[in-house]
Amino acid sequence: MAEIVLRNITRRYGELTALEKLDLTVPDGAFVVLLGPTGAGKTTTLRIVSGLEAPDLGEVFIGGQPMNGLPPAQRNVAMVFQQYSLYPHLTVRDNLSFPLKSPLSQTPRHAIAEKVVRVAETLQIAHKLDNKATELSGGEMQRVSIGRALVRNPSVYLMDEPLSSLDAKLRADLRIELKSIQADSGATLLYVTHDQTEAMTMASHIGVLDHGRLVQFGPPREIYADPVSLYAASRLGQPRINILPADLFGPAPSGAKFIGLRPEQICQGKGQDSLVARVERLGDQTRLHLKFRDHDIVTITDAHTALHAGDIVPIQPDAPFFFAADGARIRA
Amino acid sequence: MAQIKIENLRKDFGAFTAVQSSTFTVEDGEFFMLLGPSGCGKTTTLRMMAGLELPTSGRIYIDGEEVGQKPASQRDIAFVFQMFALYPHMNVGKNMSYPLLSQGMSRIDANARVAEVARLLGISHILTKPVGGLSGGDRQRVALGRAIVRNPKAFLMDEPLGALDAEFREHMAEELRALHDRMGATTVYVTHDQLEAMQMGDKIVVMNHGVVEQFGVPQDIYDWPASMFVAQFLGSPPMNFLRAHGLVGSGADSLALGEARITIPAQREGLSGDFALGVRPEHVRLNDSASLRGEIIATEYLGTTQIVTVRTSFGEVKARVASDQKVAVRTATGLHLDARNLSVFDAETGRALRSVANQGVLGLG
Repeated sequence: MAEIVLRNITRRYGELTALEKLDLTVPDGAFVVLLGPTGAGKTTTLRIVSGLEAPDLGEVFIGGQPMNGLPPAQRNVAMVFQQYSLYPHLTVRDNLSFPLKSPLSQTPRHAIAEKVVRVAETLQIAHKLDNKATELSGGEMQRVSIGRALVRNPSVYLMDEPLSSLDAKLRADLRIELKSIQADSGATLLYVTHDQTEAMTMASHIGVLDHGRLVQFGPPREIYADPVSLYAASRLGQPRINILPADLFGPAPSGAKFIGLRPEQICQGKGQDSLVARVERLGDQTRLHLKFRDHDIVTITDAHTALHAGDIVPIQPDAPFFFAADGARIRA
Repeated sequence: MAQIKIENLRKDFGAFTAVQSSTFTVEDGEFFMLLGPSGCGKTTTLRMMAGLELPTSGRIYIDGEEVGQKPASQRDIAFVFQMFALYPHMNVGKNMSYPLLSQGMSRIDANARVAEVARLLGISHILTKPVGGLSGGDRQRVALGRAIVRNPKAFLMDEPLGALDAEFREHMAEELRALHDRMGATTVYVTHDQLEAMQMGDKIVVMNHGVVEQFGVPQDIYDWPASMFVAQFLGSPPMNFLRAHGLVGSGADSLALGEARITIPAQREGLSGDFALGVRPEHVRLNDSASLRGEIIATEYLGTTQIVTVRTSFGEVKARVASDQKVAVRTATGLHLDARNLSVFDAETGRALRSVANQGVLGLG
């Protein structure tokens, strides 16, 4: 396994800058998730690491070796894409063993067979090994394509939204599986998604991308609890952080334009009155849609709250975030 | 606006029964969700309400009038599809006024009505724009507007937000619900997304394989599912099942899981055989002194809370606990289950046994 280092990477497509002087280190054995909306540069980063694309400027190192100019096959990386592409005429077993049969890998036949079974068991598809790829459900096909990456033992795994075409239940199962496979094998994994739940639950580190720049890098808890900017704060949290004028509840630090309140930063029962506009029961929790001086605020309360639309709830901020006009965090 | 009543509704397509025998009532002004996985019969039910399919048997009443065999045009309802079709050669205003003009309304009245609805939807500024260049959200608003201008008795919507991406879907869901709160129109809404159903619905019907599994208020269905299917379909993560074999007596207020004795709501029905004890993740606490034991195999950080997966000899259990609680993977733990919030299911039939806690929701059966 190996560390990935990106140094000063810039990539432009005509007028459009996909990546702007990106510096990123994926430590050996880390599970790094790049998070950002469409167009943030997540997939471009992944493609540059894999060698499918070349940067205009900057350098890529894997395991300390410079990669610039090397084709994908010589980088010893395994990629998993959102759209699984399996060989439809081959069985699951043959699909999984295919990468190992390449003359480059020189793996003995019995070692291949053993490895394929082991990977299939980890991914819970052992009972389908002799099925044709076309006889599988979507979730099973995606497991096979993940398995095809796993059998190879590459220096790094690169995954581009591998779970986004699966249904919610399977996604939840595979999140746990992927994380434990990564933890057990100590593999270095660079993973791209726009799904904050995937980022928070699996990552050892999250890299927040904004228009081709890395704006924050750290463990999920750090990004959630200590965001550097309004943009980073808005990436994580459900319901989303409330962004309001800085002085809405009282005096704000100088230079602050916005106050940011996650549900747990809104203390209920004390402070100034707000009106309950709507009570949204989600089962395990209840969301309160509040009106406070013509502003909408969404927060969470007890699942079986007695509150109804039209009730009054006093609220006050509790250790809120403040942001400047340009979105930068202002620390007290 | 209108009440819609469904009685013993059935639909066969050849040898396949899409809807078996549905009975439920949509009250006047309700936002009503038909929820279930694909193929469960929810869309077929909606299409029968609309008159796009005729029922094999059973009755549909709109405001007391039986309409089951009437064509769609005589029911005065509006249907909003997932793939909203707009007239590409007309601008937004014309798309919206078209249904009114074709009904014979004067141009002046139609324009006034369109202006009113456009204000309601916040699309007054795009009335003269061609529909070609509109964003997905605006197209959806125009499609809604075209349904609203006619002032129908009820709105029927088939996954209207299904084609939108997650973030925008949530935004539109809120907007739709707020719109409903302003208009108070009876709305029947089909979805396979349990969160959408919980979030928007006044009432939910949960369907599976053409059968109505449960019908009621979202929180009741979430708290006291009538079947293991409903328990698993609602909630993220869904309800946990601890499976065992044994005896649960009528009147019992505890049951045995191996060595552990679990306190449960007093049962009104007994069972001998395979059962599943159902518990929601937020009603599981990690407590070292609890007699039900397991090994922590995964944790998932979610911001305010974290999900902890624990392997027990009765199945995996997911617990939702505060994210500041220290949890170490691969260590042993005890599990405390909140006695007030447990359901016992007959694992053979999947049906919930009645107890003092759930009989109010499930009825006395």
